[in-house]
Amino acid sequence: MSQVKERKLTIARAMAEAIAIEMRTDDKVFVMGEDIGELGGVFGNTRGLYKEFGAERVRDTPISETAFIGAAVGAASDGMKPIVELMFVDFFGVCFDAIYNMMAKNTYFAGGNVTVPMVLMTSTGGGYSDAGQHSQCVHATFAHLPGMKVVAPSNAYDAKGMMIASIRDNNPVVFMFHKALQGMGWLGTEKDAIVHVPEEAYEVPLGKAAVVREGTDVTIVGITSGVHHGLKAARELEAQGVSAEVVDLRSLVPLDRDTVIESVKKTGRLIVVDEDYHSYGMTGEIIASVVEAGVALKAAPARVAYPDIPIPFTRPMEQWALPSPEKIVSAFNTMKEI
Amino acid sequence: MKPSQEQELWMYKHMLISRFFEETIEKIYMEGKSPAFNMANGPIPGEMHLSNGQEPCAVGVCAHLTAEDIVTHTHRPHHVAIAKGVDLKAMAAEIFGKKTGLSGGRGGHMHIFDPKVNFSCSGIIGQSIGPAAGAALSRVMQKKPGVAVAYLGEGAANQGAFHEGLNLAGVWKLPVVFIIEDNSWGISVSKRASTAVERNSDRAVAYGMPGEFIEGNDPIKIFEVVGKAIQRARDGGGPTLIEIETSRLAGHFMGDGEAYRPAGEKEALQKIDPIPLMQQRLAKEYGFSDADDAAIKAEARAIVDEAIQFARDSEYPAPEEAMEKVFV
Ligand SMILES: Cc1ncc(C[n+]2csc(CCOP(=O)(O)OP(=O)(O)O)c2C)c(N)n1
Ligand SMILES: [Mg+2]
Repeated sequence: MSQVKERKLTIARAMAEAIAIEMRTDDKVFVMGEDIGELGGVFGNTRGLYKEFGAERVRDTPISETAFIGAAVGAASDGMKPIVELMFVDFFGVCFDAIYNMMAKNTYFAGGNVTVPMVLMTSTGGGYSDAGQHSQCVHATFAHLPGMKVVAPSNAYDAKGMMIASIRDNNPVVFMFHKALQGMGWLGTEKDAIVHVPEEAYEVPLGKAAVVREGTDVTIVGITSGVHHGLKAARELEAQGVSAEVVDLRSLVPLDRDTVIESVKKTGRLIVVDEDYHSYGMTGEIIASVVEAGVALKAAPARVAYPDIPIPFTRPMEQWALPSPEKIVSAFNTMKEI
Repeated sequence: MKPSQEQELWMYKHMLISRFFEETIEKIYMEGKSPAFNMANGPIPGEMHLSNGQEPCAVGVCAHLTAEDIVTHTHRPHHVAIAKGVDLKAMAAEIFGKKTGLSGGRGGHMHIFDPKVNFSCSGIIGQSIGPAAGAALSRVMQKKPGVAVAYLGEGAANQGAFHEGLNLAGVWKLPVVFIIEDNSWGISVSKRASTAVERNSDRAVAYGMPGEFIEGNDPIKIFEVVGKAIQRARDGGGPTLIEIETSRLAGHFMGDGEAYRPAGEKEALQKIDPIPLMQQRLAKEYGFSDADDAAIKAEARAIVDEAIQFARDSEYPAPEEAMEKVFV
């Protein structure tokens, strides 16, 4: 048997590699967005594409999100496979109609006779004092609205496989990448997100959660940064003699409720972690899904999410408000046993 | 309408305060960020967009404004905030995230709000425009004096909000002036690559207002052209669109490698740095001596130093204060 050489990539490089692979094999795939050309994307996820494919297929746009995301909808329904970047998800405010009223609904309005095979990739997350218009996750805002898949990887292996699956999907996919996991040094680097990535093309199915750590006493569910907080908390809990299972949702839409429910059936305890706002969000949705399934619980479920405030700039306030491994451990230690 | 000597000195002094402020912020921003550059670290974390080179756009406009006039700005706000009279100590403290900052540290460098002088800004491109139009409308409806000035970058003129906002101001003849700071770059994308016309000021015809382009990053020319537009707005003559050719002497933000800039561009821009040019002008027009220059520079430096010291010495807010001020 031949030894597989380890090839550790950042999420940024894994995304660029996935896009390049699909662009080589499918000339309908093209990329649009701000600073995604020569610069290679502010977050590095289109690096190298401009050089390989040129300005025709890797298009820097004006700062006109309504125009180029709307254009992607039109191009996608006319046989192309656009990948567009919304630089920070926070900017959806200037262009949401193109996203949720058209990209997400046109297929339905057309009775399935029109497809919109496009990928909208966008950065999420804070932790580096970029304040309230450049640090949000708004997972639930997108996941709440029907008609678009919403996925968000926590490591480079998933990023590549999910990007390839997103490009090949016949439906619109919102692909969220968390800035702190991107492997850009200037945003800090979560080392656990940098993992081995095979060179060849492969798909990670959209809508399938992963049990990233097995355990028996409590299930910690998260996505992107929440997964890494969950893994760190699990290691701390282990020192306390507690065996925590960690589930990476990977996809908000479709939502793999079964994997979560199976896990909580086993552990009887549930903590949900999300860097998105606390109320009306993913955390509430996961808890409701488990409760609705009638899973027997040993303790009241808990959530560790962002408080319902705009994200503050100053470090002490922001760090205090963010989810963390310590908050997860403390949530476990204060769980109300039933 | 030529500026008086006093106005020219005011302009020069505020250009100096702005430049010294940015140079100081630049240095402090790098504290704690080497050898590894990580935005989260140091006394000033987060993004930092410096205004070096764009000072003429600030002083040539704000020389015509009083505290009651409204200014809305962008993600690159320091120079205009300074010229508009924003409390520099409280602004510096805000940029450091301190309790004594304008918002107690909640907003930071891209969210400078000083209602005492009617200054605000937003980090979302194009979002200076609607609020300026609305503030101008409010003055008309309340029969209160004052005009509004919305600043934006040339890149923002391709945002929907620009076109909607200008049409609204045009059809309602609002007392508002739109100032485009054309530094020819939107991050790494040049104006030429992103804009279908050479001059955004030409777009004014579509919104029923005059459009002016000012070449040369020249504070005096800016003063003259903008002065007329502001007077027209005050007199009920409606809005104006003015595009100012200026230079971005720094990167888009701190940490920008700027590999996209053509070789020699920055050096050429340094040669027409508006600050020494203004000094030369003052010498020629008014016999402004080296000693005069040293004195005004010392004054500007002292103002900046005092503000920075105040920011450094101030306390951080308590973390739980994050929960306050969402509603009042
Ligand atoms: C709606 C929106 N899109 C994109 C961005 C990201 N962004 C921040 S600054 C910038 C460039 C702006 O260029 P310009 O308007 O010319 O202003 P300058 O930076 O040159 O001052 C971009 C694209 C944003 N903040 N808001
Ligand atoms: Mg610009």
